[in-house]
Amino acid sequence: MYTEKVMDHFMHPRNVGEIENASGVGTVGNAKCGDIMRIYLDIDENQVVRDAKFKTFGCGAAIATSSMATELIIGKTVQEALTVSNKAVMEALGGLPPVKVHCSLLAEQAVNAALWDYAKKNNITIEGLKPPVDDVDELHDHEDEDEE
Amino acid sequence: MIYMDNAATTKMSERAFEAMRPYFMEQYANPAGTYSFASGCSAAVENARKQVARVIGAKANEIYFTSGGTESDNWALKGAAQAMEAKGKHIIISAIEHHAVLHSAQALEKQGWEITIMPVDGDGVVTADAIEHAIRPDTVLVSIMAANNEIGTIEPIAEIGAVCRKHGVLFHTDAVQAVAHIPLDVAAMNIDLLSASAHKFHGPKGVGFLYVRKGLRLASFMDGGAQERRRRAGTTNVAGIVGMGAAIEEAHANMEASMARVSAVRDHMIARIEKEIPYCRLNGHRTNRLPGNVNFCFRFIEGEGMLMLLDANGICASSGSACTSGSLDPSHVLLAIGLPHEIAHGSLRLSLSEETTMEEADKAIDALGEIIPRLRSMSPLYEDFVRNNK
Repeated sequence: MYTEKVMDHFMHPRNVGEIENASGVGTVGNAKCGDIMRIYLDIDENQVVRDAKFKTFGCGAAIATSSMATELIIGKTVQEALTVSNKAVMEALGGLPPVKVHCSLLAEQAVNAALWDYAKKNNITIEGLKPPVDDVDELHDHEDEDEE
Repeated sequence: MIYMDNAATTKMSERAFEAMRPYFMEQYANPAGTYSFASGCSAAVENARKQVARVIGAKANEIYFTSGGTESDNWALKGAAQAMEAKGKHIIISAIEHHAVLHSAQALEKQGWEITIMPVDGDGVVTADAIEHAIRPDTVLVSIMAANNEIGTIEPIAEIGAVCRKHGVLFHTDAVQAVAHIPLDVAAMNIDLLSASAHKFHGPKGVGFLYVRKGLRLASFMDGGAQERRRRAGTTNVAGIVGMGAAIEEAHANMEASMARVSAVRDHMIARIEKEIPYCRLNGHRTNRLPGNVNFCFRFIEGEGMLMLLDANGICASSGSACTSGSLDPSHVLLAIGLPHEIAHGSLRLSLSEETTMEEADKAIDALGEIIPRLRSMSPLYEDFVRNNK
């Protein structure tokens, strides 16, 4: 059901871990729905993402999308990182099954939340940055399931 | 490969497979035929009916062949409801029934029947006492599974059967996981209707049966020809039925030895998991439990990741997590036994067979011993837990 890329990022996830004294940390999702993503960012003085790490509670796709999202944002400026969309993560993974699309949305939201934390801590404005969604649950199309 | 998903389906028994073989290319007649070429087929079907009946303490003419457990469950619920409509429209089921029962009941609810869904305790048990309290003058049917497919809990169906009989209410049991795995006797247990499926006891897929107590009124579910004494239309699945007969006979003959052997492997696995893997929880009743069922929740992790890593180790298992159920909610069974969503997401079912060896069991636990810490090391829930407990 998963592409080779997804399997690769699940079996060998990149950038798992924590960053001490991170520039920004974002946690999204909820355990009730079965996925939580936390992304740590280390951002240098030029506003470039020097490092990113993640911790994820969730399915194979959730772990793979977290891994891919961190890969995509490392080396980018915060402004560029903000534009890494869930579509970009999905494309980089060669696609996701329809029921797993929400995992990629979660990854996008986790990056967004970490950037928000960074901006808040440093009292800076990043153009286009929106406050993190409180209830990421809303991202799940509960009404739109294939089942039933 | 280590196959530990026998609650999903089993490998066909060689004896059952060999018994079926002539009924494809040689004895291919429709048993309804009047020529002598058909008589061998009808005799084989009737022999299978006896083989099945013997195992559950029924008479051969109380066995109706179906396409499997789902059809049997649907027929039992909808057929009994319809036949008993004049008496009342109240049905009792448990919260941990298989979807074939649950959704059949819900379909009836939409058509005006009233359904009481009995809660279960933390082990997944529904008591006869609770059923007795739920029975009303308009109750026509109680449907409680013999053993649960996910957590392996064996229900007190003899007691429930007695209560139903006392109150003149029909009792159906979905015995898909139980038939030929644990002792069952429809007469002693006061069972009126019993559903089973061949592929759960090393028979072929696509065939099962419904036991219908003699004299019981039941609306037909499949309309058509006069097969199965006019109660279940459709050309007889001769090979499947013959395979089921051979499989059930074989499984039943070896049942006592299998139960001892399989439950020893099960108990070894449970003991090792509880000793070696922290923050786990055994789901289901510890002793009143299917011999082949091992079901645990592992905190801080999600089931699908476990299954994928087990698969990478050549181990087939299943989980009640949302991601594996195809929806976003974890299994209704795990929620019914009182588990919070986040714990239920981390469930793992390893279901064993007579062929599962101690060595395979140990290999699976060894693999889990690596997989679970690996997933926990990636989990923000575990990170928080460790931080808060420092």
